[in-house]
Amino acid sequence: MDALAAILVRDLRVALRVGGGALVGVLFFLAVVTLIPFALGPDLALLRRIGPAILWLGALLASLLALDRLFADDQADGSLDILLTGSVPLELVVGTKAVAHWLATGLPLVIVSPLLGLMLNLDARSIAFTALTLAVGTPALTFIGLIGAALAVAIRRGGLLLPILILPPAIPVLIFGVAAANTDVVGAVPFGTPFTILCALTLFSIVIGPFAAAATLRHGLE
Amino acid sequence: MSLIDLANPTRFLKLAARLLPWFVAATLVAFACGLVLTMLAPDDYQQGATVKIMFIHVPNAWLSMLVWALMSVAALGTLVWRHPLADVAGKCAAPLGAAFTFLALVTGSLWGRPMWGTYWVWDARLTSVLVLFLMYLGVIALWRTVEDPSRAARAAAILTLVGAINLPIIKFSVDWWNTLHQPTSVFRVGGPSIDSSILVPLLVMAIAFALLFITLHIAAMRNEILRRRVRTLRLLAAQAAQVADTRAGARA
Repeated sequence: MDALAAILVRDLRVALRVGGGALVGVLFFLAVVTLIPFALGPDLALLRRIGPAILWLGALLASLLALDRLFADDQADGSLDILLTGSVPLELVVGTKAVAHWLATGLPLVIVSPLLGLMLNLDARSIAFTALTLAVGTPALTFIGLIGAALAVAIRRGGLLLPILILPPAIPVLIFGVAAANTDVVGAVPFGTPFTILCALTLFSIVIGPFAAAATLRHGLE
Repeated sequence: MSLIDLANPTRFLKLAARLLPWFVAATLVAFACGLVLTMLAPDDYQQGATVKIMFIHVPNAWLSMLVWALMSVAALGTLVWRHPLADVAGKCAAPLGAAFTFLALVTGSLWGRPMWGTYWVWDARLTSVLVLFLMYLGVIALWRTVEDPSRAARAAAILTLVGAINLPIIKFSVDWWNTLHQPTSVFRVGGPSIDSSILVPLLVMAIAFALLFITLHIAAMRNEILRRRVRTLRLLAAQAAQVADTRAGARA
């Protein structure tokens, strides 16, 4: 337990220091959301209708951007080998690293999403729904991305490949996240239905992700 | 002859050489029968002759899923049993599966043009097949990124298994997504409940395409084994040349 806590603190510290890149994701999120009105035109009614979808897409892309960091630096400086040979089960180590990664890159996205929602002319309920779905959904993106990050490290030169491998499994999260966030705008189904499925997807990916990532690292780096 | 006997690539090559002509012949016969039966099959009263696209489209769609299932078994073979030919089987199945998926998409959209009035609709089924196609391309890209086959094999195997777990979820969520955003604008032509005059040619064509897959797969596995041998020989030759070089350098 102490070891896992130490890994969590270390990863957070590394991510927040110079060169850690924790806030790059937020900047990217901001840039994507800023670009979209330029492409669509500043039509407030349209932006209000597609706002939740824009926020979700931006968050998805921003979380992809940071995934590369999960294992690449650890492999470069050799600490990944120490983790691999250590006595703590690799599944737990990898899961802890994912939690730290989410705290450093996923949580900031959730926190700034209400601000960006205001810029997209969303009303209070929509903003709350979007922030809530992002809070529940981004961990799923991180834990699915964990598998991709492990693959990218195991095969080297995988950085470019990562988004291609990760996007198909992320589709269900996007579908249910946007469906739940949109319920206030579209109103076809109650909020709870897609939201509970989104929760289920997150729990599912938290179970699958660490095992698949640990297996990849073990097989890939031996 | 059990599966473990095939672990020896030479034995596999021998068996492949013996089996391949028979499979080629069987494929040709099955396609000949299937195409004749397709010609003889009656036109649909609503769709006219375009219904015959189905005889190509449906077997391809079936195979697109079947091949991923086969790749998943091969992935288990790589990770669990460490069967030496499992990764060869998995690697060679991926491009074939991608090709079948692509054909299913293309024939489907060609069929959709006269029937639905558009080449592409974001219908649940089409979308999930498109995602399957993307996943095939991902696996192929992974194989092409790593030059060491055994390294790539394990990464691709894990990716294949994760994909196999994810496919039902994607299918389910795409169904949900479609029912949410698209009410009945996509009218699916309710064809006649399948009559034997259509079912028989369809099944024959399905068998023909399955045989085609087996034939191509065996041939591709044979080629892959030979390719790896060439690669090993080249590496050995390069190593020998290097050793000779350093010796010559030391003497000079």
